[in-house]
Amino acid sequence: MIKRVTEIKKLEILSDNIREDIIKMLVEAGSGHSAGPLGMADVFTALYFNVMNHNPNDPEWKDRDRLILSNGHICPVLYAVLARSGYFAMKELKTLRKLGSILQGHPHRHSAPGIETSTGPLGQGSSVAAGIAYGAKMDKKRFKVFLSMGDGECDEGQCWETFMFAGKNKLDNLIAFIDRNFIQIDGNTEQIMPLEPLADKIKSFNWNVQVIDGNNMKQIISAFSKAKASKGKPSMIICKTIPGKGVSFMERRFEWHGKVPVKDEALKALHEICEHECKLRKWDSQKCKLLINKCGMLE
Amino acid sequence: MKLDLSNLKKEASREGYGRALVKLGEKNKEVVALCCDLTDSTRVELFKKKFPERFIEIGVAEQNMAGIAAGLAMLGKIPFMSSYAVFSPGRNWDQIRVSICYNNVDVKIQGAHAGISVGRDGATHQALEDIAITRVLPNMTVLVPCDSIQAEKATIASASKKGPVYIRLSRTKTPLFTDYNTPFKIGKADIYRSGSDVCIISCGTMVYESLIAADDLAREGIKATVMNCHSIKPIDNDTISSMARKCGAVVTAEEHQINGGLGGAVAEVLGKSCPVPIEMVGVLDTFGESGEPEELIKKYGCTSKEIISSVKAVLKRKR
Repeated sequence: MIKRVTEIKKLEILSDNIREDIIKMLVEAGSGHSAGPLGMADVFTALYFNVMNHNPNDPEWKDRDRLILSNGHICPVLYAVLARSGYFAMKELKTLRKLGSILQGHPHRHSAPGIETSTGPLGQGSSVAAGIAYGAKMDKKRFKVFLSMGDGECDEGQCWETFMFAGKNKLDNLIAFIDRNFIQIDGNTEQIMPLEPLADKIKSFNWNVQVIDGNNMKQIISAFSKAKASKGKPSMIICKTIPGKGVSFMERRFEWHGKVPVKDEALKALHEICEHECKLRKWDSQKCKLLINKCGMLE
Repeated sequence: MKLDLSNLKKEASREGYGRALVKLGEKNKEVVALCCDLTDSTRVELFKKKFPERFIEIGVAEQNMAGIAAGLAMLGKIPFMSSYAVFSPGRNWDQIRVSICYNNVDVKIQGAHAGISVGRDGATHQALEDIAITRVLPNMTVLVPCDSIQAEKATIASASKKGPVYIRLSRTKTPLFTDYNTPFKIGKADIYRSGSDVCIISCGTMVYESLIAADDLAREGIKATVMNCHSIKPIDNDTISSMARKCGAVVTAEEHQINGGLGGAVAEVLGKSCPVPIEMVGVLDTFGESGEPEELIKKYGCTSKEIISSVKAVLKRKR
């Protein structure tokens, strides 16, 4: 079983490390998505180091909590937390999107340990998660199914088919969360295809809905703990996040949805992330300089 | 094998599927059934009545059904998902491709009401492309049983076959000419008539038409082999190639587009292993329409008559 990290500050530092991993993976891969993974780094850190029951030494453990990444394109954040929690070696991260890699451009169930289902075409993970949650109820299993979705993904009708099914069947073992960052490839979600009032819509499908700041660790932990205690209804946590969070020139810019940094941009990004980590650690300038020099390097 | 064609009972192949589901449910508690608001016409109703706690109503949402079935399979269940072939695998092909086939999970897919013989519902409800779109999917097995007893056997066999399986069934009652002793094995084509002039390779409802055609041809002195190629994938390369070699000419017959269907599959095999003249009977790159099943199979060329004329055409090309 994974050792839980309970201290908020430690989790926040871990999120910075995950962001560092994401930038390093993406610049090496040369293609992929930047904004979503960075924006969701806090939520995924919370899930894998605090919220979920899982065992990196036994990825197929029958009673593990499941994480279904329906927005498969943000997989760098999943790969980073899987590596950091011990599912595979950190060095694998550098192979993202390369021939023969265990880390496919979009997640593949059989390629790497810890990946529950193949995703990429949006909406598909939502139904798979509902199927697992329904089956767990049939078998009287107590594990939870965590379902990661994007807001742009909710343009897909399949998501709403799942919302209906889970509401009807009172799947309170299903805990979904939406990365509400208001961007998708072509622009702002409310211009491309308006989703608001998103919370009310999902509530009307007989779900418990919470809306939180998805970059606030305290709020994340408390929302998931409430959702875990939910009875009789599936849970939705709408996580308002800043796309590209932690890298000033990427934040809130939809252009970074499906783009990756080049070397200079990556160095700048790493510098900012490490500076933030230093602030969190409250280290003196001497010690900080060392840290920034070390983590701000592309080896 | 001599199959007697006199005094045959008639039954729709979907009836065999319904019976098999109940038998499977009795044997294995991991068998579950999913349906999209069509329990009566897919015959899943029988399972639903017997095992209500293992039946899952999805509503009219075939994409959701495919994903939910995949999720259930990940917990060790053996989900059978049922709908009309135009909707599943028609409408939910992407979900079948990624959530089921790429994941390689044990989901069994019933495509009911396939073929032109669906009848009055018209072109939207007549699946003529389902063999083509399922047989291109990696990990998928594709079965087209010839009558209700074979449908029962195919359904039972699919439960112990690893990975996804597609079972294609028809709506109308067709002659029941196999029995419980007729051999059936996934991946093995069966020879129902032996003759050395031509080999007729067919599947589903067209196997019966092929037997009728072979008997008529025999009266004219033409000896035809009739092969039931119920496994479109994996296809029986050995039997198809050796029969083509023996007969020197092949006719395929199916209630499906010949492009990408059984005709295409057989041509792929023989093009590599034993190129002989081939004629194909089936739907010729067109949509269907409303009408009585008997009227439609005649108008769209899916009867013994077209098989006979194709045999004569291919014999002219035979060297």
